[in-house]
Amino acid sequence: MTVTEARTPGEIQEKTEGSGRRSLGNWLAFGVLLLAAIIWLIPLAWAVDTALKTEADTTAVPVSWIPASGFTFESFTQVLRAGNLLRWYFNSALTSSAITIIVVVLASLAAFGISRVPFRGRSLVFWVILAGLMVPPQVLIVPLFTEMDFFHLIDTYPGIILPQIASPLAVFIFKQFFDGLPHELEDAARVDGASRLRIYWQIWMPLSRPVIAAVAIFTFVLSWNNFILPFIMVTNTEMMTIPVGLATVQSSYGVRYADIMASAVLGGLPLIIVFLFFQRQIVQGIANTGLKS
Amino acid sequence: MAARAETAQQTKVNRGRRTDLTGYLFVLPFLIAYGLFLVWPVILGLRMSFFDWSLVGTGTTDFLGLANYRELFGDPDFWASLWHTILFTLLSTPPLVLLALGLALLANRAVPARWFFRLAFFAPYVLPVSTVALIWVWLYQPGFGLINSYLVSLGLPEVDWLAGENVAMISVVVVTVWWTIGFNFVLYLAGLQEIPEELYEAAALDGAGSYQQTRFITIPLLSRTTFLIVVLQILASLFVFDQIYIMNTSGGLNYTVTRPIIQYVYEQGFTQYRVGLAAAMSYVFFVLILVFNIVQFVLARRRRREA
Repeated sequence: MTVTEARTPGEIQEKTEGSGRRSLGNWLAFGVLLLAAIIWLIPLAWAVDTALKTEADTTAVPVSWIPASGFTFESFTQVLRAGNLLRWYFNSALTSSAITIIVVVLASLAAFGISRVPFRGRSLVFWVILAGLMVPPQVLIVPLFTEMDFFHLIDTYPGIILPQIASPLAVFIFKQFFDGLPHELEDAARVDGASRLRIYWQIWMPLSRPVIAAVAIFTFVLSWNNFILPFIMVTNTEMMTIPVGLATVQSSYGVRYADIMASAVLGGLPLIIVFLFFQRQIVQGIANTGLKS
Repeated sequence: MAARAETAQQTKVNRGRRTDLTGYLFVLPFLIAYGLFLVWPVILGLRMSFFDWSLVGTGTTDFLGLANYRELFGDPDFWASLWHTILFTLLSTPPLVLLALGLALLANRAVPARWFFRLAFFAPYVLPVSTVALIWVWLYQPGFGLINSYLVSLGLPEVDWLAGENVAMISVVVVTVWWTIGFNFVLYLAGLQEIPEELYEAAALDGAGSYQQTRFITIPLLSRTTFLIVVLQILASLFVFDQIYIMNTSGGLNYTVTRPIIQYVYEQGFTQYRVGLAAAMSYVFFVLILVFNIVQFVLARRRRREA
C-alpha cells in the first residue's frame, strides 16, 4: 500500500502513477484533448500569423498561413510607433497595481479586525460586507459615473481606481484564512505587549503570503481586464486602459487587419507572459478562490 | 474587597471599549471605501430612478415617481434586450459547464503533457476582452475570414456569422465559450483532485470499468463543484456586455438580435443621457439578479442540510 500523500487543499496535483498505465482509453483521451487544444489555439495562432503579414496578404483569397510576400514585423512596429499602445500599457499597469495594493491592504486589515479583534458588532459588520457580494458593479455604472463626475474624477486615474477598491470577496478570502490560523501565535505576542497593528503587520501578514498572492493575482488580472468601468470613466484616448483603447482600434484602423491583429496580440501579450510565468499560482489561486466562494 | 472587584470590572469594561475601538479602526478604511463606492451608488441609483435626471448640464431633477419604471415596462426594446441577456445565458451555460466537465474528466486521466492542455484552455481567459473580440471578428469575416474560407474549401456554403439574424447570438456564444471555458475547466480539475484515489481503487477491485467509475463515483462526488460552477456561470452570463458591445459597435455584429440589457442601460444613460431611465432599468435587472441569488442560496442551503 502506498502512503497517501498529504495534500494542500485545492492544490492541483499531477497524477504521476496509480493509473499510469498507457491504456487504450488514456490514448483516446489524449487524442481528443489534443484535437480540442489545437482548435483552441488556432484563433491565437491565426491572429499572430495575420499580424506578421503585409496588409495586401491578409485579404488574399484563398487564405493561406504562409503569405505570398513573406512575413514582416511591419505592423508591430507601425502600431507601436503610431498608436497609443505604450501609453495604454502604462495606464493599465498603473491603475491595476494601485487597485491591487489598495484591495490587499484594505481587505486584509478589515478581515484581521473581524477575525482577530473581538469587538462588538463584528458579525454584523461581516454580514454587511458579505451582502456586497450580491451587488454586481455592472448595475451601478450609471450612479458610479454620476458620483465620479460630481468629484470631477472623469478622465483621471483615481476615477478608474477608486470604484474598484472595495472588494467584499477579498475580505471574505482573507477572513477565511485568518480564521484558520492558530491563536497561540498571537497570544504570545500579546503577552509581550505588542499592539494589534504590530501583530497584524509582523505576524499575520508574513504568514499570509499565499493568500496575499492569490488575492493580488486575481485582483490584478480582473482589474487589468476590466472593460466596463474604465470604459465609462474615460473619454480621453490618452487615459484609456488596454481593453478600452483596443476596442477603439477597429474604427481607427479601418480595414487594416494586420495592424488590428498586431494591436490585439500586443494588447494580450502582457498577461499571457505573466500567465506563462505564474501558471501554477494563477490556476491554483483561481481554483481556490472559486471553490471557496 | 468590593471596591477592588468594582475596579476590576471597570478595567474590563475599559478594555472592552478599547477592543471595540481597535476593531472598528481595522475595519474602518474598508468600510469607508465600501460605503462610498458600493453602498452610496446603490442608494443614489435608486433615487435617480425616480427622477428625470439628466447627465448633461446641472441635471434637471424633476421628481417623476414611478414614471421611469412605467416607461420601461412599456418599452419593447427593454424587453428585447432583457430577452437577449436571458437567451445568451440559456445558450452559453450548458456548453460552458458540460464541455468544461468533459475536458476536465479527460485531462484528469493519466495523459501526457497535462500542463499543455491547461495552458491551451486557460490562456484565452487571461486575454482582455477587446483582443478576444478583435480576433473573432476577424475569424468570422466573409470571404477571407478563416472559418468561412475553411467552410468553402470543404464545399460548404459561407455563413454570415456576424450579421446573420439566426447565427449572430450563436457566434457570440462560441466566442464566449472559447474565451472563458478555462475558468470552469480549472475549477473542475480542482474538484476532481479532491476525490480520494481509494474510492477508484475500491471500485476497480469490484470490477467497475472506467465508464462506471465516472458515472457512479466521479459525477456524483463532483455535484458540489457542478452546482457552484453552474451558479457562477449563470451570474457571469447574465452580466454579459463587453464582448457583445465591442462586436456590435465595431465588428458589424447584428445589433437587433444580440444587444443585452446592460448595453441598453449603457446606451440610455450615456448616449441618450436618460440617466433616470437607465437607473430604473438597472434596478429592475438588479432585482432579477437578487431573486436568482436568493433562489440559489436557498438551494445551496438545502443541499448542505441533505449532505
